[in-house]
Amino acid sequence: MTTTTAPRVVVPGPLVEPTHDLSREEIARYSRHLLLPEVGLEGQRRLKSARILVVGAGGLGAPILTYLAAAGVGTLGVVDDDVVDASNLQRQVLFGSDDLGRPKVEVTAERLATINPHVEVVAHPVRVDATNALDLFAGYDLVLDGADNFATRYLVNDACVLLGLPYVWGSVFRFEGQVSLFWERYGPQYRDLYSEPPPAGLVPSCAEGGVLGSLCAMIGATMASEALKLVVGAGDPLVGRLLVLDALSMRWRSFPIARQPGTLRVGSLDEWDYVARCDLPQAAPGADDQITPAELRRRLDEPDGARRFALVDVREPFEHELGAIPGSILLPRAQVTTPEGVALLSEFDDVVLYCKSGARSQACLARLRDAGHPGVRSLAGGIDAW
Amino acid sequence: MTATMLLPAVLAGRAGGARTLHVTGATIAEVLEHVGAEHADLVEVIRGREGLSRYVNVYVNEVDVRGSGGLDTPVAAGDEIAVIPAVAGG
Repeated sequence: MTTTTAPRVVVPGPLVEPTHDLSREEIARYSRHLLLPEVGLEGQRRLKSARILVVGAGGLGAPILTYLAAAGVGTLGVVDDDVVDASNLQRQVLFGSDDLGRPKVEVTAERLATINPHVEVVAHPVRVDATNALDLFAGYDLVLDGADNFATRYLVNDACVLLGLPYVWGSVFRFEGQVSLFWERYGPQYRDLYSEPPPAGLVPSCAEGGVLGSLCAMIGATMASEALKLVVGAGDPLVGRLLVLDALSMRWRSFPIARQPGTLRVGSLDEWDYVARCDLPQAAPGADDQITPAELRRRLDEPDGARRFALVDVREPFEHELGAIPGSILLPRAQVTTPEGVALLSEFDDVVLYCKSGARSQACLARLRDAGHPGVRSLAGGIDAW
Repeated sequence: MTATMLLPAVLAGRAGGARTLHVTGATIAEVLEHVGAEHADLVEVIRGREGLSRYVNVYVNEVDVRGSGGLDTPVAAGDEIAVIPAVAGG
């Protein structure tokens, strides 16, 4: 068995100059860093001088921001346009029950100020898009990407390529995580690893597929470690390597990432349509595939309306328990596409499928159409739009 | 003569829930052909539209097959074939 390791990538020393001095109080606070020869007083001054932007204050953002703030990174930018939801609390450890409904960046700024008052937190309560990414990222030394969707992943990559910025990338799903450090000047970019996003519905989001809370800490802490190393110039950066964690087997593996011939290197953020390329199914749903919430309401309001067609919830049982459209039957996605599921639904001429947001029901629809069932439609936008 | 194919959770459903497959074939193309006989949905995702998908990577003993012959990459007994898809959760 041959094992090939990635070529060692040499980056030019510490990322940040040590322009800021430390107070006596800061020297006491950071003593365990100062004892590390790889950090020391100079490295700690570099950390204080560093400006780091974290995209997404979610499952990955929480451990990243906590450790970077505690480590004394001088300026921490946080981009997130979301508010705290109950379903975040299982893993997003910056937030507590009292924070429900509050903007994430606002709670984050408060929490980080209590962890380390020497850190300046810059809250950006916006969604990163092609119109604002370059302005947001400019002025930062380093970006960490903990976003939760492919459109933002490709956008962060392209913006960092255009600005020449290094960025630490991580993603999680169920019990598995991936981490790398992309810096196009010295190694591959994200598009060299995955040149195209998967079609919608193929890879469920954490909202659909779930994620182990503590996995976020493992991947997020790895990302934070790479950021701290890069700022102070310690060790070998993760440029050109993909780390993959499987927490079920508790095994980390490392794969080389090479530059690929023909990889797209955008010249501006206008030349690739992030939302259309990443959020819509490869074969966009046709009008006859979808039923709008208003049309479904009309059908259900017809006399005996619910009995004239099958309304099928393809989500998981616990999601159905939390709230379902009245009159619907539960048949989770994995069962819809079995021969038994197909046979069951074949008894109805008219079937309407729904899930949380429309991705899973659209995938089920494609399978049922393939199986020869023409009378199937998917609720546009899922129960979220209901 | 078998090699081992390791599947991530997100693709295991396409192989009847298995995370590990024992596979045969002298090249990646042959392995995928054999696996596809039983798990066509899985191989459809790995192969994509143009031979090898742009959002799923295949590594033989931790070497990216894109740099070692693509579908013609040789596979030997005892090799470990890892399938790593793009995921975006954060």
